[in-house]
Amino acid sequence: MTEEITTKQSSQWRDVWLQFKTHRGAVIGMIVFFAIGFLVAFGPLFWTLDPNFIDIRARNQGPSLLHPMGTDQLGRDTFSNLLAGGRVSLLVGVTAMALSVLFGTLIGVISGFFRRLDGPLMRLTDLFLALPLLPLLLVMIMLFRDTLRGLFGPETGIFILIVTAIGLTSWMPIARIVRGDVLAVKEREFVLAARSLGTHNTQMITRHILPNVMSPIMVSATLSVAAAIITESALSFLGLGFPSDFPTWGRLLYDSTNFMKLSPERVIYPGLAISLTVLSVNYIGDGLRDALDPRIRGR
Amino acid sequence: MAMADRGSDGHLNIIYWQAPSILNPYLSGGTKDLESSSMIIEPLARYDEGGNLVPWLVDTIPTVDNGGVSSDLKSITWKLSAGLKWSDGSDVTAHDVVFTANYCMDPAGGCAQLNKLADVENVEAVDDLTVKVTFGVPKPFPYGPFVGSEQPIIQKAQFADCMGAKAPECTEQNFGPIGTGPFRVTEFKANDVISMEANPMYRDPAKPSFATVTFKGGGDAAAAARTVLETGEFDYAWNLQIDPAILSDMEAAGKGTVTSSFGTAVERLMVNLSNPDPALGDKRSTLAGGPHPFLTDAAVRRALSLAIDRGILTEVGYGAAGKPTCNVVPGPAIYVSTANDECLVQDIAKANNVLEAAGWKRGSDGVRSKDGVRLSILYQTSTNAVRQDTQAFIKQWWSEIGVETELKNISASVFFGGDQSSPDTYQKHFSDIEMYTNIFSGTDPEAYMGSWVCSEMPTPENNWLGNNMPRYCNAEYDALVAELAGTANIDDRARIVITLNDMLMQEGAMIPLIHRGRVSAFANSLGGVRQNTWDSELWNVADWHRK
Amino acid sequence: MLKYTIRRLIFTIPVLLFISLVIFLLLDLSPGDPTAQLPMTVPPEIREHIRQALGLGEPMYWRYLMWCNQFFIIEPLNIIEQAWGISIGDGANRTRVMSWSTRSPVVDLIIERTPQTLWVVGMSYIVGIIIAIPIGVISAYKQYSWFDQTGTFISMVGFSVPTFFTGVLLIVIFSTLVPTDSIFWLPSIYDTTHKVTDWDSFIFQIRQIIMPVFVLGLYNASQISRFMRASMLDNLSLDYVRTARAKGMRERVVLLVHVLRNSLIPVVTVLALNIPHVFGGAIITEQVFKVNGLGALLILGIEGADIPLVQTLTFIFAILIVFFNLIADVLYGILDPRIRYD
Repeated sequence: MTEEITTKQSSQWRDVWLQFKTHRGAVIGMIVFFAIGFLVAFGPLFWTLDPNFIDIRARNQGPSLLHPMGTDQLGRDTFSNLLAGGRVSLLVGVTAMALSVLFGTLIGVISGFFRRLDGPLMRLTDLFLALPLLPLLLVMIMLFRDTLRGLFGPETGIFILIVTAIGLTSWMPIARIVRGDVLAVKEREFVLAARSLGTHNTQMITRHILPNVMSPIMVSATLSVAAAIITESALSFLGLGFPSDFPTWGRLLYDSTNFMKLSPERVIYPGLAISLTVLSVNYIGDGLRDALDPRIRGR
Repeated sequence: MAMADRGSDGHLNIIYWQAPSILNPYLSGGTKDLESSSMIIEPLARYDEGGNLVPWLVDTIPTVDNGGVSSDLKSITWKLSAGLKWSDGSDVTAHDVVFTANYCMDPAGGCAQLNKLADVENVEAVDDLTVKVTFGVPKPFPYGPFVGSEQPIIQKAQFADCMGAKAPECTEQNFGPIGTGPFRVTEFKANDVISMEANPMYRDPAKPSFATVTFKGGGDAAAAARTVLETGEFDYAWNLQIDPAILSDMEAAGKGTVTSSFGTAVERLMVNLSNPDPALGDKRSTLAGGPHPFLTDAAVRRALSLAIDRGILTEVGYGAAGKPTCNVVPGPAIYVSTANDECLVQDIAKANNVLEAAGWKRGSDGVRSKDGVRLSILYQTSTNAVRQDTQAFIKQWWSEIGVETELKNISASVFFGGDQSSPDTYQKHFSDIEMYTNIFSGTDPEAYMGSWVCSEMPTPENNWLGNNMPRYCNAEYDALVAELAGTANIDDRARIVITLNDMLMQEGAMIPLIHRGRVSAFANSLGGVRQNTWDSELWNVADWHRK
Repeated sequence: MLKYTIRRLIFTIPVLLFISLVIFLLLDLSPGDPTAQLPMTVPPEIREHIRQALGLGEPMYWRYLMWCNQFFIIEPLNIIEQAWGISIGDGANRTRVMSWSTRSPVVDLIIERTPQTLWVVGMSYIVGIIIAIPIGVISAYKQYSWFDQTGTFISMVGFSVPTFFTGVLLIVIFSTLVPTDSIFWLPSIYDTTHKVTDWDSFIFQIRQIIMPVFVLGLYNASQISRFMRASMLDNLSLDYVRTARAKGMRERVVLLVHVLRNSLIPVVTVLALNIPHVFGGAIITEQVFKVNGLGALLILGIEGADIPLVQTLTFIFAILIVFFNLIADVLYGILDPRIRYD
């Protein structure tokens, strides 16, 4: 007489989570990322020094009890600037990434799946690739800065402007990569099988195609968080970013690059912050990629 | 000290982090182009480092006393030195000078230095070595044409086919002008590097000491400073606008010296006396839109100025390259007023009292208001690290006297451009306060003071082409400016200029902050450098030598 | 495949024309002004005078048609004349596309800057590829080993730290802190007049490109190795690999002959796609080391609102991008038999 073997009812996402947990780097990455997010979100509640407060007698100081990371050339506390900057940089990175991934995946999938739309959509991609980012930003700022400032206030207005600009100019590589993979997956036998079963296009895309192109999307998404944060810093330095009394990690890094010989810690803190964040996001992406790929899962 | 022979000191390396794009100052007003070309082409006379006029291609400066300037102040006659030659061997004649004037005055040429030839009616060659310039009106200061690095003499034979609309097309001439200067061009790569060699026809046979020059451009100020002060790759770097702490740290390496000299540049806050409220639509920032809600109140302006600690701003942002100032005309010395020096000392308490007494009471959010008008300022400037630091300071000081500030910075090519469709230009002044540096060339402030007459206001009707950014309009001021144009005596001129300066200060057209100098660095092995902010810094490059 | 390629090629022309129009409109709408960089001493009437002389007074469509004429007809004529030494029509009086800041032909400026761009940026791209591919392969093969962890870590760092930081850091170390007469000292400014004629000058050339090539190469290698690794991982788990091993093939053959070839397909297409960025994408590194290449020229043009220069440069980039996109697509179709275009 055979015993009844009972196994726990397992959902797909639980399997994903189990696989994810085995990737040590990904787990550490997740912990670090959430720690940074937590610190940045709630830190200012405990560390109440105003990042913009100028204390001229405390200029260019090294680490001390009052200023754990020292001060900059105007006497502003580096630690509170790092916390405030983190909020902005993380938000910009994640939002811009979401926008570009959304847009890129949409275009990539439609373009790869529907042959008739492929040509025009890819030419649209070429157009966006050829557009120079800086004049585009200048035009967007000129056209929309005042309206957005009136509607949302100066900081939120600029935030929307920058995130949209970065999103609009970084979806193209994602679209190309997704399209490439969709083209490959489309020819696989299981797609043929699904089609012969009468699956509609929408179901085909969401159930069969999308899960199989997750891998390049994940890699691109994580790379684009880093790119978004760095692009934002380059924009701040060109004056096309947030107002100057708005710290961001990129601006902090840029401002301190020339002080490298005088006070190297000033460069290390924002550099480390950016690198740790990007590193942890990348490791999470790596773990997710492994976990979502059914061929690797449970190996 | 024995002077070296021509070419005996070998190679000279100069770095200008803003790279020269063209060697013809008539087609470009960019300082870097003026300075690089000054090594090759020269004017009849120029200014030395003290701001004095010195003869250059002539033997004496014409004045009323020696008969060079006519008594009715309407003409000036220049006599070229004998035996001057162009670098291709031909003689320098008065016809070249006449040609230069006609080249710039050609209406289709787009000459960038046309304003220095203002009021010129006629330029003629009296003989092969004598030039007579005739003005349409009496000019107490006739040293506009052919004086300074903006007005070098070019060779008629070389530029003969380049008049008017053809001027920009003569690339070979624009990139390699034949001149009388100590060097001539061997290779020009626009926006990159210029290679020069000693001019064999130069008038002093023992000069220049250097045989060849590399004039490199590109990068940023900090990197340029590094190459002279730390790595020793270059001998001279210009315009080093970087944090003074970094600069002195670099100087401590002992390879080079930092030098600064002061001209007429003043970093100032331009007050908007009209109303920049976006709700006014087309009338925004024009006189027709009405006066500014609170900046027209003298008490507010005085308080804003008193709250600023110019000493700290200088120390943190400019170091040896700046001095606090309370005047819009900081030099030459005879034109400097002492009536406004109250602003040199920061006094937050007094500023608060002034505002209280004028009826501006603090609200619950700490911001002062009166009759429903809040003291909320939009403060804009160009994108520049030092300017942003200055903004941060001023914002904090103004918050201590109950004024709320919003900071804005705009890319320089937009802010200083004249694009009609952009709302961010400094002419449009769609803000309450804007900050930038203004200067005047040479030593005479007449044209400069004329910037603030009523007719110079930028408006939609004149396509926002005007110099009077504060929209200051005072009939008395206009009358005094007209009087200045006809006054010849130097002491009377100084008196009028000081009065004009004081009017602008006291009626609050602007709040001056810092008298800015130019900072350059040169290698300790380089001798003969006399840094000059009244003309090109390379004005005496013929005298430079290796120590 | 051939039909597809021809069809794409034919479509390229109207697409490029449309792109040139969009770029022109964008630049025209953009608020910069070429007279902004003139010093304050130049009064507004003179600035307006200069603007008129530059042709800014003409209506927009006329300026666009002028540029089209100059770029599509006059410049190729010039190139043909110079290449074959023949003379077509009235060569001396043709107006070429002129930069507003230097008043010289834009094409000459571009040609002048191409050598240093190719030396520095091109070299760093090749170096990046050479480093990245083996690293990607080994990292994927020994997934989660110490080699993989270290390699991943270094490539992450190389990718997340901005080039202006690494560039300045290297300059501070190798140009400032290292004494000038040491063999380790490296020049911080790129000398564009340097010509390579013998061994010594070749060594000097290598010395002056080491730092920028390293900075950019690290950045490129990081990206490429991530893609290589991801692609290899995808392929290593496929059935045919198991079959090959079961057939008794040596591991090296399995890896290098079968898996690598298939994994290179997406990587090659990404490489082809990024080639246009060699020409215009290294703006910051060029600034830091004063290489004065094409990226620096573009930034200069944008800051100075030099519309003919930016228009021509951007359009040339657009041509390169469209062209290399086509190559990448065709390559992908050739290399991967699973792709069908027709």
